[in-house]
Amino acid sequence: MLTNRSKVVVNKTLTFSESLYFPAIFRGLMITMSHLFKRKVTVRYPEQTRVFSPVYRGLHVLKRDEKGAERCTACGLCAVACPAEAITMVAAEREPGQEALFREEKYAAQYEINMLRCIFCGLCEEACPKEAIYLTPRLVPSSFKREDFFWKKERLLETVENRVDVSRRLMRPAQKGAA
Amino acid sequence: MLDLFFIIQKLILVSAVLAITLVIAMYTTYAERKLAAFFQDRVGPNRAGPFGILQPLADGLKFMFKEAFIPANANKFLFVLGPSISMIAACMACGVIPWGSSLMIMGHEVPLQIADLNVGVLYLFGVVSLGVYGIMIGGWASNNKYALLSTIRASSQMISYEIAMGIALIALTLSTGTLSLKEIVSLQHGGHWNVWVQPLGFIIFIICAFAETNRMPFDLPECETELVGGYHTEYSGMQLGFYLFAEYINMFVSSTVMAALYFGGFNFPFLNSLGLSHNLVTLLGVGVFFAKIFALMFFFIWIRWTIPRFRYDQLMRLGWKVLMPLAIFNMLVTAVLILL
Ligand code: SF4
Ligand code: SF4
Repeated sequence: MLTNRSKVVVNKTLTFSESLYFPAIFRGLMITMSHLFKRKVTVRYPEQTRVFSPVYRGLHVLKRDEKGAERCTACGLCAVACPAEAITMVAAEREPGQEALFREEKYAAQYEINMLRCIFCGLCEEACPKEAIYLTPRLVPSSFKREDFFWKKERLLETVENRVDVSRRLMRPAQKGAA
Repeated sequence: MLDLFFIIQKLILVSAVLAITLVIAMYTTYAERKLAAFFQDRVGPNRAGPFGILQPLADGLKFMFKEAFIPANANKFLFVLGPSISMIAACMACGVIPWGSSLMIMGHEVPLQIADLNVGVLYLFGVVSLGVYGIMIGGWASNNKYALLSTIRASSQMISYEIAMGIALIALTLSTGTLSLKEIVSLQHGGHWNVWVQPLGFIIFIICAFAETNRMPFDLPECETELVGGYHTEYSGMQLGFYLFAEYINMFVSSTVMAALYFGGFNFPFLNSLGLSHNLVTLLGVGVFFAKIFALMFFFIWIRWTIPRFRYDQLMRLGWKVLMPLAIFNMLVTAVLILL
């Protein structure tokens, strides 16, 4: 009564034509028949893919800077921010002469994301002070082996020749100032 | 000499009918999955072979390679016997179906029917009722309360609907005056299909056929919420496969019987005015017969994916209080009309 949304339940008995079932069955049959010829909604996945939003949060990428040096400095902020505790890393100090390889004096000797734990929230990307990690509109490939989902640095890192474009992610309002 | 020809001809016919039945039942599973998908705006199985055409083979292989587990407290012999009976009873019914009129091969007339029993309808009815033993024995031998309860359900359902079905058939035999399937089919020559003569009888028959094959609105023996998997709860591997497969064979057989009894079997309009040779007409007739069967099977599937199931008390009420009186009424009216 308070919300004015209460409904009176009618428990009416069926009329004769209803209790024959046939009209209802016939209507039902027509409905299913019309669906037989409708366009199918299934996306045949490996051959077809859905159109992703440009800011889709999929497989991560570890970025390099303009000169090709790794941006990550193994500060561990992403690992701390990660609600799923999917990121682990081992830090190392940059030796003289490695400036072209690593941008900062400290770098991640090992870096691993467990894609089975990851919930693709994007908090690692937000936490990173060095713009080193981004989520991309790519899917983590499926596999029968658990090991295939532990993505090591070698697989996460973009190559110099083959840069991964993350400009769409940068356009997010939250990161506009930083970019 | 003639005997040898006779034996060979029957052997070939038996193997052909058995093979065709099994292949059709196999592909009915595929058709069911495909059509179910289409009715629900999906695409259905499409991975095994082009359009998923090899899916039934894959399913069969999967059943084969799975362990056929027999529970410790089950009666081993009966446990294996159950699915076998289901399967055999389902296949046996094909023996009396007239698939076509006859072929002239090397001067012999070869009827396209394994056995022209003069009590064909009775035989059919008996064999179809045997199917319930497969379910009963399997469910009882499982030594599982769910299986047992489901078995009781299945058998009481089948027995109840068999009565109405039988009475509908009596009306049909009254109007045709014969129990031989071949004669019933020949009597429907030239568009005099029995559906026109016995519309009510046909409706009763088809409803009972749905119940006999345990298909939707009447698929209560399998019920996840109350009875887990029903009578085949304890079954796995190819034994389970047999039970599931028998359902499809039953569906094929019921469609065949309905096509033969009510839709003129291999008769089609202008059968003899085409001026074709005898063999060609026969083959065309077989084709027409199968077209009718497939249309009916499509109807089975169509119904399954359209309407929800009955509640068990509704099912019993429909069987005893609606269908049986209707069938008796139909029989009496037919009898009176014939007398007049
Ligand atoms: S996307 Fe979220 S869950 Fe995945 S690694 Fe980054 S912070 Fe962790
Ligand atoms: S990815 Fe960014 S946040 Fe994570 S360790 Fe490297 S620099 Fe730090």
